[in-house]
Amino acid sequence: MNSKQSVEALLAKEYRDGFVTPIDEDRVPPGLNEAVIRLISEKKGEPDWLLAWRLAAFRHWQTMVEPTWAWVHYPPIDYQAITYYSAPKRRAGTRSGDAIDPELLRTYDKLGIPLAEREALAGVAVDAVFDSVSVATTFKDRLAEEGILFCSFSEAVRSHPELVRRYLGSVVGPADNFFAALNAAVFTDGSFCYIPPKVRCPMELSTYFRINAAATGQFERTLIIADRGSQVSYLEGCTAPMRDENQLHAAVVELIAEEEARIKYSTVQNWYPGDAEGKGGIYNFVTKRGECRGARSRISWTQVETGSAITWKYPSCILRGDDSVGEFHSVALTHHHQQADTGTKMVHLGRNTRSTILAKGISAGRGQNSYRGLVKVAKGATGARNYSQCDSLLIGDTCGAHTFPYIEVKEPSARVEHEASTSKIGEDQLFYCQARGIAPEEAVSMLVNGFCKEVFRELPMEFAVEARKLLGVSLEDAIG
Amino acid sequence: MLNIDNLQVAVSGNEILHGITLHLPAGEVHALMGPNGSGKSTLACALAGKPGYQVTGGTATFRGTDLLAQLPEARARAGLFLGFQYPVELPGVSNAMLLKQAVNARRRQRGETEMDAMDFLVAVKERMAFMEMDETLLERGVNEGFSGGEKKRNEILQMLMLEPDLAILDETDSGLDIDALQVVARGINHLRSPSRAVLLITHYQRLLDHVAPDRVHVLADGRIVRSGGPELAKELEARGYGWLTGDVAGVEAR
Ligand SMILES: Nc1ncnc2c1ncn2[C@@H]1O[C@H](COP(=O)(O)OP(=O)(O)OP(=O)(O)O)[C@@H](O)[C@H]1O
Ligand SMILES: [Mg+2]
Repeated sequence: MNSKQSVEALLAKEYRDGFVTPIDEDRVPPGLNEAVIRLISEKKGEPDWLLAWRLAAFRHWQTMVEPTWAWVHYPPIDYQAITYYSAPKRRAGTRSGDAIDPELLRTYDKLGIPLAEREALAGVAVDAVFDSVSVATTFKDRLAEEGILFCSFSEAVRSHPELVRRYLGSVVGPADNFFAALNAAVFTDGSFCYIPPKVRCPMELSTYFRINAAATGQFERTLIIADRGSQVSYLEGCTAPMRDENQLHAAVVELIAEEEARIKYSTVQNWYPGDAEGKGGIYNFVTKRGECRGARSRISWTQVETGSAITWKYPSCILRGDDSVGEFHSVALTHHHQQADTGTKMVHLGRNTRSTILAKGISAGRGQNSYRGLVKVAKGATGARNYSQCDSLLIGDTCGAHTFPYIEVKEPSARVEHEASTSKIGEDQLFYCQARGIAPEEAVSMLVNGFCKEVFRELPMEFAVEARKLLGVSLEDAIG
Repeated sequence: MLNIDNLQVAVSGNEILHGITLHLPAGEVHALMGPNGSGKSTLACALAGKPGYQVTGGTATFRGTDLLAQLPEARARAGLFLGFQYPVELPGVSNAMLLKQAVNARRRQRGETEMDAMDFLVAVKERMAFMEMDETLLERGVNEGFSGGEKKRNEILQMLMLEPDLAILDETDSGLDIDALQVVARGINHLRSPSRAVLLITHYQRLLDHVAPDRVHVLADGRIVRSGGPELAKELEARGYGWLTGDVAGVEAR
């Protein structure tokens, strides 16, 4: 066997969740203009202030240009060819308030996310978003007993407008960047969560995003508010059908941690990555940011990014409160023709604020993996500290890894440290394992796991298992 | 146990082994010696199935089955062990993890159930004590930052865990201090049994003082130029390889 070929060959991947649900959807015709935005707002029965907010964002978006600074390459996106709203139709004879369409239940069962509470994973409440709408939220009543609000974004707009109005756009403003402005104009649903003061959320909260309809974009918003002294752990998962066309997913996530609050946000991102030739897949252009508003608050992002044709996301922390802590733990895998430009921003404003960045990039096939991170310490953020570590692992010789760390320090007492490494899974390592009876697939998965274990350790149990499995699947056949 | 007949091996298109014949019966220990670059590691790697080592002629059977047709991992599971001249590092993969996977791969092959975590720990700690190895090496990355001697002991530890039928040990004695040499020799002798065989690749008589070989073969320039009893190794120690390799040069010149 030719040794070069052998590493190449480990790179064929089966996408497990690529099926399409046969369901009638209520779709708005493709195209983006004020009329479409008004239609979306009307379908959702939104108050005037929210429509005005959307329209302002849209007008601003029209003046903006798509960013080109990321290390990713794709043909221009035709924003007029995208459908901005697509929601499963209720079956004739059923009314809102009736049970969920069995076809949707089957879909989520197949994805391993049972929506019937008696079958649901113990200790995990789920908000299920299907194309443009949330179709179910589990354990709402149980959470309400603790005063926790957990529901779809649309429902929050109806039942808690004062909270939504107060916090919406307060971390990621409607004009923040090109994709965030687009999202503000056309977002259709998402999850909302409010944890009252001193409450420790008794279960994991999660959102599962599913794109089903063709030629449709998914634009959702998540807003999580942890009030004084509260704690919550939030999980996010996502999948989409296999299609030859690229589909756009441009989400916004805003987190607010008040004094002494803690938010842990974990993502296992498994959007369809496209095929081995780079055809199809999701463009995942996402703005995620959390603000440690209060003193001694903490926000921790953990992400395992295995899917998407292109990933463009930088889950960030604004450390405003004194003694607040921001963390970012990331594993990003690019395989075949996948491209990822991902990292974080840690903005130190408060005194004695601390941040940790641990980014692991794995590239295989023709994958291109970039870490891009900004550590910014404002004047007056005395005693601020950051530690960043970026490690890259290469499998084969046709992939690439890049690191773009930016550091802006205006406070002389700040301490910022950055370390980086690049390693390669070599033929010799694989043969060593083979000579011990371990097949190359298993050896790669062992080496990848070893590379990622500090990040996996941060994930909640069920997610860690899922993440390992996904990486195993993703790299199946990366050698052989 | 191992029958090699007229084996020819090429690496990157260059023929390195020009027809090796070697018979290693069960219960015996054979030493393979020879100058640097003569092809000893090439033979070991070809037998273990290293990618890039092309067999261009000849045969090799292991317990009667064709060795060369099998994937490297299948050869290992069937009971062939290669102790590497230069063990590689597997960062992030703990020694315990590798051992457990390796032991279980072999057990699955034999139709046995996987070893449970407790039994595994007991077994590995017992062998580490035997090899005078620090238990902290178990949780370290495989060979990661190990000293040269620690790496070689680690190879023997793996061998003792896997209990292979045939062990090919490529210069496991190189780079060992005097005490370590005795420990490694003890490990090899422990494995010795009427149902097993060992091929010891070495440059030095001092290992053979501790692990007495049944036969000694000398490889030079890709050919076995001399085979004999234990006394051959002693003769080499005294006279060097010149008197043998000179022959070979002569053969090739003709
Ligand atoms: N890829 C290669 N291309 C060409 N020649 C090679 C290649 N790999 C090995 N060789 C040559 O094959 C010969 C045998 O090498 P081998 O490693 O088997 O020697 P050895 O007997 O184990 O030596 P030592 O005692 O130094 O370990 C050497 O001359 C080496 O340079
Ligand atoms: Mg050698």
